[in-house]
Amino acid sequence: MIQVDGLSKYYGEHAAIRGLSFNIQSGEVVGFLGLNGAGKSTTLKVLGCVLLPTAGRVIVDGFDVTRDPHEIRKRIGYLPDTPPVYDEMSVGEYLTFVAKLRGVPDANVASAVADAEKKTAITDKHDDVIASLSHGYRQRVGLAQALVHKPKLLILDEPTGGLDPVQIVEMREVIKGLKGEHTVLVSSHILGEISQVCDRYLVIQGGELIAQGTEAELSTKLGSGGPIEIDCIGAAGPTIELLKKVDGVVDITLVKLDGQNLSLHVDARSEIRPALVKALVTADVPVVRVDRAAHRLENIFLKLTHGKDA
Amino acid sequence: MNNVLLIARRELGAYLRNLSGYVIIAVLLFLDGLAFNAFAVQGAAKKSSEVLADFFFFTSGIGMAGAIFLSMRLIAEERQTGTVQLLYSSPIHDREIVAGKFLAALAFLCLFFLGTSYMPALVAVYGKVSLGHVLAGYLGLVLVGASSLAIGLFGSSLTRSQVVAAVGSAVMCIGLTMCWLVAKVVDRPFTDIITGLAWYGHFDPFKNGIVHLKHVVYFALVTFVALFAATRVLEARRWR
Repeated sequence: MIQVDGLSKYYGEHAAIRGLSFNIQSGEVVGFLGLNGAGKSTTLKVLGCVLLPTAGRVIVDGFDVTRDPHEIRKRIGYLPDTPPVYDEMSVGEYLTFVAKLRGVPDANVASAVADAEKKTAITDKHDDVIASLSHGYRQRVGLAQALVHKPKLLILDEPTGGLDPVQIVEMREVIKGLKGEHTVLVSSHILGEISQVCDRYLVIQGGELIAQGTEAELSTKLGSGGPIEIDCIGAAGPTIELLKKVDGVVDITLVKLDGQNLSLHVDARSEIRPALVKALVTADVPVVRVDRAAHRLENIFLKLTHGKDA
Repeated sequence: MNNVLLIARRELGAYLRNLSGYVIIAVLLFLDGLAFNAFAVQGAAKKSSEVLADFFFFTSGIGMAGAIFLSMRLIAEERQTGTVQLLYSSPIHDREIVAGKFLAALAFLCLFFLGTSYMPALVAVYGKVSLGHVLAGYLGLVLVGASSLAIGLFGSSLTRSQVVAAVGSAVMCIGLTMCWLVAKVVDRPFTDIITGLAWYGHFDPFKNGIVHLKHVVYFALVTFVALFAATRVLEARRWR
């Protein structure tokens, strides 16, 4: 669906992105990770045909962004970091305007608008003026405009930006619902959100792609399985000593001790959860829970961008 | 053409739903009414055609000022709010964006010109007015308005600040107005060239009820050049 080869974009003398190369297959949901100023939005703007590249080649669905931007624009839906909505219009009027702008035939406009409203759960806001909507609903209207013409590719720049926790969960569910129908490229700072939505990740820093792959691939590449959380029942000292002997364990921290109930944080070089469970069970230590730490992706991200653990 | 009308309709809707557009038109009508009462009607006895010519003279200047205020938001506001990215990522040409916005602003400015029509009507009630004179005068007003709006649209494309856009456009319009002063201090052939650039010399016949093709062409050319420049600015922003 997307082939990017040696993409560079300069703002004057400043290089926002340099020599970026990656491919995205049809139907994939890909997360685009990077710190502020890493070049995420610039890359997405080039893919959305808002900006033209300084150098390199970008092919979307077989069309070149420099030669055939019009053909690409027909095939993409783009949600910038700020939803591009007109405050004075009602949701229905706005989506009708966008559908016509994106070339939806007149006879299909009403059904396309209704479908986009249904997918983003804003059907009951059809007649509301956009200026009266909360930030969360404005973001949903922004997403609805991106998919109203049923594009093959959806480009979402920080779709969860500025939302409260409930709205983030709702937005995540909306994006999950798009899986299968569209190829999705989504950027976000809230990495936990991305880890629950995406199949694969692109990590960008200083305008350059520093890693790409699934969470497991990125983890392997770093030579670390990341932190593991273990809840078990037993004596703290002997249990920790027991686990330290397991091959691949870097460090163990006692997070919580409640009588015989232990919560341990194990830093590992690779995927060693089966070995940890085997060691505990063999030593007759009852295991309550073994899981990856909740902020695993953040750790990978920080290691990639800063070379340190969270 | 469909995209042009689509953008024009949305833009006109924005004018009609926002208070600022109405405020601008109300202020313009108030000032135009004052000028008509203070300068066109008052003073020594005049022929109806002279009163009408004075009316068109004042209205052209006020219309030009109005065009600058109406056009300052056209693209600057889209850049300020980020909605320009919706237009940029849609399958439409930059020239369609510019044309749509220009047509909407022109339609709204024509509401102001329509609102001034009671003044020629008053002259007709108390004197004798030729319909041709009125139509020629209004044609001139629309042409001045169109060229000023086009310059304003160009100014609006250069910046995301509406105030800077208005100031820049005003400077360009005043420049076109003051050409005759510059013409006085240069030698031939520049005198003729610079005098020819001044818009007022081209509007003068319209206010007296005369329509000449060369003057229509002048305003059409200024409008085209300004709209073309605005389109090129939008195109250039994608490369920036």
